[in-house]
Amino acid sequence: MKVTVYGPGCARCQKTAEVVEQTLSAHGIPVELEKVTDYAVMAAAGVMSTPGVALDGKLVSTGKLPSVAEVESWLA
Amino acid sequence: MNTPSSPSDAHRLTRWCIALAVAIPLWWLVYSRLDTAAAWFVEALGLSRATHFGEALRFFCYDTPKVLLLLTGIVFLMGVIQTFFAPERTRALLSGKRAGVGNVLAASLGIVTPFCSCSAVPLFIGFLSAGVPLGVTFSFLIAAPMVNEVALVLLFGMFGWQVALLYLMMGLLVAIIAGLVIGQLRMERHLEDWVQKIARGEVRAPDLHMSWLQRFDAGGRHVREIVGKVWPYVILGIALGAGIHGYVPEDFLVAIMGRDVWWSVPVAVVLGVPLYTNAAGIIPIVQALIGKGAALGTVLAFMMSVIALSAPEMIILRRALKPRLIATFAGVVACGIMLVGYVFNAVL
Repeated sequence: MKVTVYGPGCARCQKTAEVVEQTLSAHGIPVELEKVTDYAVMAAAGVMSTPGVALDGKLVSTGKLPSVAEVESWLA
Repeated sequence: MNTPSSPSDAHRLTRWCIALAVAIPLWWLVYSRLDTAAAWFVEALGLSRATHFGEALRFFCYDTPKVLLLLTGIVFLMGVIQTFFAPERTRALLSGKRAGVGNVLAASLGIVTPFCSCSAVPLFIGFLSAGVPLGVTFSFLIAAPMVNEVALVLLFGMFGWQVALLYLMMGLLVAIIAGLVIGQLRMERHLEDWVQKIARGEVRAPDLHMSWLQRFDAGGRHVREIVGKVWPYVILGIALGAGIHGYVPEDFLVAIMGRDVWWSVPVAVVLGVPLYTNAAGIIPIVQALIGKGAALGTVLAFMMSVIALSAPEMIILRRALKPRLIATFAGVVACGIMLVGYVFNAVL
């Protein structure tokens, strides 16, 4: 699954990438992680508050550090 | 996934409801009895309120739990309220609004929309690309960090509701007027070129449906994030205040920061720019200055300047704004804050 994390590289963005990657891996889903730090790309993707997360190009979360339960709910 | 579907979700929601049903009356009971409890505690230690130390200790024992209780309660409430106002929704509300109405709405929404200065740029771009006018966007961007619940709670807890209300009104006024002025100046061409090129996209109505479990969880998370970060500043501020309360002569700063010193307001604003801290971090300083005879208007101007005009935030915004627009933004906001300082000093 392609995971895109939008954020300027702040601590919360790093943590978000870790949580998503670990949760998906725990479910046996191979992860292809992409980190977007360019504001223009972020704006084009509709991310207004960071960190934002997209799975296979679909925006699923913005403006918060998601919990493991939340990440699992995206998979359902 | 949005409604409490699984049994564990329903169970957790019930737990939240029970916890709140117990916590709210308990909170109220403790809050209303703090004064008596602090006096009793000081007496139990065998100290008299007539001594400097006894009075300072009573002040500390009363104010610390009071402010922390207020902070926890209000921050939780704001965490829940903010779930109704995601930035995407605020943007949809502001999209296509005219100057005037739009500025007032933007500044007001700035209070309840979750905002972190690290996402100032994407938010800025997001607003503009949805057709929110530049001046209206600035009203939001000025109000969001300046008028926040932590600043209001601390002012309320330490100086009373009148000061908190004045800060709220003046903060909104600065944001509204600065936004109006920037809008009038038609500075769109002073946005960085890549910003100007971003196409005006369709604004999708965001799906913000959340269960109450998720809203309460957000409130709890907000308390952990905010109160967990600011409590040392609060205690430091109050300890400093308590010390001043009992010891330092009250007119110590009158000569340089009193209301009759005309240049103290602009100096306070300029000094505030390189300082970057949150509302809680500034409170110890505010407490100390007021305690030593500084005028309230001068101190509020200093506080607004520290929170609203920070050098790091301007460096972040520089990615999207050309120097001319940054300078205008800083200049207009600084003028507004100085005006607030002078008005306060003249009126109070």
